[in-house]
Amino acid sequence: MSKKILIADDEQNIVISVEFLMRREGYEVSVAGDGEAALERIRADKPDLVLLDVMMPKKNGFDVCQEVRADPAFAAMRILMLTARGRDTEVAKGLALGADGYMTKPFSTKELVDKVRELLA
Amino acid sequence: MLQGSVVVVASALYLALLFAVAYWGDKRADAGRSVIANPTIYALSMAVYCTTWTYYGSVGRASAMGVGFLPIYLGPTLVMALGGFLLLKMIRTAKANRITSIADFIASRYGKSQLLGGLVTIIAVIGIVPYISLQLKAVASSYDLIVGYPVLKAVTGGGEPVLADTTFWIALILAAFTILFGTRHLDATERHEGMVAAVALESVVKLAAFGAVGLFVTYSLYDGIGDLFARALADPGLQKLMTVSADGSYSTWFSLTFLAGLAILFLPRQFQVTVVENVSEAHLKRAIWLFPLYLFLINLFVLPIALGGLLRFAGEGINADTFVLTLPMSAGHELLALFVFVGGLSAATGMVIVETIALSTMVCNDLVMPLLLRTRALALHAERDLSWLLLAIRRGAILVILLLGYLYFRLAGDAYALVGIGLISFSAVAQFAPAMIGGMYWRGGTRDGALAGLLAGFLVWTYTLLLPSFSKSGWLPANFVSDGPFGIELLKPHQLFGLSGLDDISHCLFWSFAANIGAYVVVSLLRAPTAAEASQATQFVDALKTSRPVGSALWRGSADAGELVALVGRFLGPARAETAFAAYARRHQLVDIGRAEADADLVHYAESLLAGAIGSASARAMVASVAKEEPLSLAEVMNILDEASQLRTYSRELERKSKELEAATAELKAANDRLLELDRLKDDFMASVSHELRTPLTSIRAFSEILRDDPKTALQDRERFLGIIVSETERLTRLVNQILDMAKIESGNAEWLVEDVDLRAVVEQSVAATSQLFRDRDVALTLDLADALPVLRADRDRMMQVVINLLSNAVKFAPPVAGRVDVRLWHGDGQLHVSVTDNGPGIRAEDQKVIFERFRQGGDAMTSKPTGTGLGLPISRKIVEYFGGRLWVESTPGQGASFIFSLPLPTTGRETGE
Repeated sequence: MSKKILIADDEQNIVISVEFLMRREGYEVSVAGDGEAALERIRADKPDLVLLDVMMPKKNGFDVCQEVRADPAFAAMRILMLTARGRDTEVAKGLALGADGYMTKPFSTKELVDKVRELLA
Repeated sequence: MLQGSVVVVASALYLALLFAVAYWGDKRADAGRSVIANPTIYALSMAVYCTTWTYYGSVGRASAMGVGFLPIYLGPTLVMALGGFLLLKMIRTAKANRITSIADFIASRYGKSQLLGGLVTIIAVIGIVPYISLQLKAVASSYDLIVGYPVLKAVTGGGEPVLADTTFWIALILAAFTILFGTRHLDATERHEGMVAAVALESVVKLAAFGAVGLFVTYSLYDGIGDLFARALADPGLQKLMTVSADGSYSTWFSLTFLAGLAILFLPRQFQVTVVENVSEAHLKRAIWLFPLYLFLINLFVLPIALGGLLRFAGEGINADTFVLTLPMSAGHELLALFVFVGGLSAATGMVIVETIALSTMVCNDLVMPLLLRTRALALHAERDLSWLLLAIRRGAILVILLLGYLYFRLAGDAYALVGIGLISFSAVAQFAPAMIGGMYWRGGTRDGALAGLLAGFLVWTYTLLLPSFSKSGWLPANFVSDGPFGIELLKPHQLFGLSGLDDISHCLFWSFAANIGAYVVVSLLRAPTAAEASQATQFVDALKTSRPVGSALWRGSADAGELVALVGRFLGPARAETAFAAYARRHQLVDIGRAEADADLVHYAESLLAGAIGSASARAMVASVAKEEPLSLAEVMNILDEASQLRTYSRELERKSKELEAATAELKAANDRLLELDRLKDDFMASVSHELRTPLTSIRAFSEILRDDPKTALQDRERFLGIIVSETERLTRLVNQILDMAKIESGNAEWLVEDVDLRAVVEQSVAATSQLFRDRDVALTLDLADALPVLRADRDRMMQVVINLLSNAVKFAPPVAGRVDVRLWHGDGQLHVSVTDNGPGIRAEDQKVIFERFRQGGDAMTSKPTGTGLGLPISRKIVEYFGGRLWVESTPGQGASFIFSLPLPTTGRETGE
C-alpha cells in the first residue's frame, strides 16, 4: 500500500511541481491551498507525511504544525516544512514546534525526494 | 474703686506667673525640650510689638483721628506679607554670624566695626528711652486711675518726691524683673527661651483683656456695633472720625505706614524676638499670617471703644487714652477693670523686658566692652573669668535704661499723648534702615558710608523731632519751634528749609531719610570697600546662596589653641568654654585641642563663640589680640570670594551640564529606538523580498530539474511545465523591476519628468492598455470622465502606472461572473479625483491600511492567494504623494472596493506665470 502525502501550499505552480514529483515516486497525493484546508485534509486523509509551506493564508504552517502535534492521534505523522523564509530562527522555530524536517525554497528536487523517502522509511 | 492692695497683689501674682513660665521655659530649654520651638509661640512673641501704646493709645488716637490709628498696624502687616524674604535673610545671616543685636548686625556687616556698633547703640538708647518711659507712664497712670477712681489724678512728671512716685517703684520693679528674666546666665547665642515663652503668654493675656473690654463696651453698654455706629453718626462731632479726610492725611498715612513697617524690622525688641530668638526659619511661614491676624484682632474693637467712650463721657474731659479702663470702671465692673489693668501691665512688661534686654546687650557688647577692652590691663591681664563682668554690665545697663526712662518721664512725660512719643522712637529706629537694607543687598556699602548715613539721619531726627519735644516740655524756649533757632525761619524744626504742609513725623521722615540715604550712598561711593568690609559684605549679601565662603576661609595667621580656649573662657566662663571646645574637638576628631596650633577653622570657631557673648566687633578685637594675624589684602579677599563665586558658578554650570546630558541621553535613546525600529523594518523588508524572489524560483528550479532529469516527460506535461517556467520568469522580472522602482522612489533617486498632464487622456490610455485583461476576464468597464479639465503638473508615465495598477487590481478582484469596474474622473476643491471601483469581495477594515504596506496583501480574507507582487499599491501611493496628492480605499466587505486618488491642481499664480 502506497504512502499518503499531503501538499499544503498556496503557490499553485509549486503545488503542481511537487505533486508531479511525489506521484512519480508512487505516493498517493492530496493538496490543500491554505492552513485551514490543510488541517481539514489532515484529519480526513490522515496522510503519512505533510509537505507544509509556512506562509499560507488563513493559518500559517507553524500554527498547523503546532495543532497537529498537539493531537496524539497524529503522533506518527511526519511533517516536512518548506519555506521561502530561510532564516535560522525560522528553521529552529519549525523544528521546535515538532516538524521532522525543514527545506528552504528553492530546493533541489532530488534532495526533496530523498528527504521524503528518508522520512517515510 | 479698687483697693490699692488688691491691685498690687493681683499684679504681683501675675508677674510671679510670668516668672514661673519663664523659669519653666528655661528649664525645658536646658533639658533640650524647647517650648518655643513652635511657630505659634514665635508669632505670639512678635506681638510684643503691641505695647501699652496699642493697648491704651490706639483708642486715644482713634478718638482724635478716627481710623488714623491704623497705619501703625498696616505697616507691619504689609512687611510681614511682602517682606518675608527680608526677614529670612536677616535670620539666616544673624545665625551664620552669631549676631546678638541690631547693633551687632550693622557693626558686623561693615567690617566688624566697633565704632559703628557703638553709634547704633547710642541712637537706639536715645531713641528708645522715651518709648520705655511711655510704658512706665501708662502703667503708673492706669494704676493711679484704677485705685483713685472716680477722682482722676493727672499723672505728671512733677510734684511729689521720687520715693513717693508710683512710676519710680514701677521702674525699679520692672528692672528687677528684667534682670531676673534676661541675665540669669550668659548664653552663647543670646537666646532667652523662658523670656520668649513669657512674652507669648503676655500677648495672649493682653489680647484677651482688650477683647473683653471691646465686647463689654459693644454688647453690654451698647447694642452691638450697629447701634454704636448709628449713635456716633448722629453726633456731628463723631461723624468725621469714620472717614479719612483730614488735610494732608494721605502723606501722614503713607509715612506712618512706612515708619511702622520699618519699626517691625528694626526696633531692637522686634529684632530680638524675630531674628535673635528665632528657633527655626520654618516658623516664619506661620508668623507671616498669624502675626498680622493678631494685629487685626487687637484692633478690631479700637473704634467701638473710642466711640463708646466719646459718647458716654461727652463733655467730661476724660483722657481718651484711659477709655479702656474708665469705661468698665464707670459701669461698676471692677473685676473687668482689674483684668484690663493686668492686660495693660502685660503689654508694658513685655515691651520693657524685651526692649531693655536687647538694649542692655547692645550697651554691653557694643558700647561698654569695647571701651573696657581698650584699657590694656583689663583686656590682657585681668582675672581669668570675666563672664561675671559681662553679666554685671548688662544688669547695670538694664537698671540705667529704666532709670533713664523714669527720668524722661519726670522731665517730659506729660507733653505728648502716648502715640506721639511712640512715633518719635519709630522715627529714630527707622534711621537703621538704609544701613541695614543697603548692607544686605549692596556690596558697595562701606563703614564710613554707614557711619555718615546714620549720623546724618540721627542728627536730622534730633533736630526735627527730639529737640521740639524738649521745647514742648519747656527745656528749650517755645519759640525754638515756632520761629526757628535765633529766629531763623528756614531752620524751623517742623518746616526745615521752608518745607511745609507735612505733619512733623512725615517732615522728619522726609529730611532724615534724604540725609541718611544720601550720606550713606555718597560716602560709600567715595572709596572702595576694604578687605574686611568686602568679606563681610559677601557673607551678608549672599546669605541666601548655598555655598558661601565661611569666615575661616578669610583668615590667615597663627594662634595658640590654648590661648584661644583661655580667651573664650574669660568671657563665657571656663566651664562653658571647655564644653564648647570639647564639642568642637569631637566634631573634628582632635585628641587634645589645647596643645595644637590653631588652624583658621578653630580661630573662626572661637571668634563666633565670643561674638555670641560680646558681639562680633569686640570678638574680632579680642581674637586679634591673641593671634598673630597676617592681614589679607583686598586683592586676596577678592580672590577668595571670587574663587567661591567661581565655584558656585562652576557647580551651577555642572548642574546645567548634567541636565543637558540627561536630555541628550534621552534623545539618543529615542534615536536609537527609532534606528532599531528602522533596522527591524529593513530586516522585514529583506525577508519579504527574499521570500517573494524565492517563490517563483522554486517553481522554475523544480520544473527545470524535472525536465532535465527525465527527458521522456510527456509532451503535454513538458509544454505545461515550460509555460509555467516562462510565466514565473516573467513574474520574477516584474518583481525585480518593482523592487528597484520602489527602492529608487524611496531613496529619492527616481527620475521624474514633470510636464503638463491631461489626466483624462492618461485614464483613457490606461484603460486601453488594460483592455485585454478586461476582455480575458469578461469584466464590464464603465467610464464616467469629466470634460474640459485643467491640466496637472505631473509625470505622465508615472500617472499611467498608478491608473494601470488600480485597473489591474480591480479586474483581478472583480467576480468571475457579472464582474464590473467603474472608473470616474472629476474636478472639485482645486483637485482632480479618480476613482476605480470594483464589485469584488471588498476589503476588511483591518486590511484597508495593510494593503498599502510593502508585500502585504489583504490575502487572508480570500480563499486563494491573490497574484501580484504586493508592491503595486505601495508604489502607487508613493507616486501620488510625490505630487502632493492622496490615495486611499473605501470599501465595505462584500460590496466591492473603491480606490480613489486626488491630485492638487497647480495654483493660479503659477498658471499665469507660465
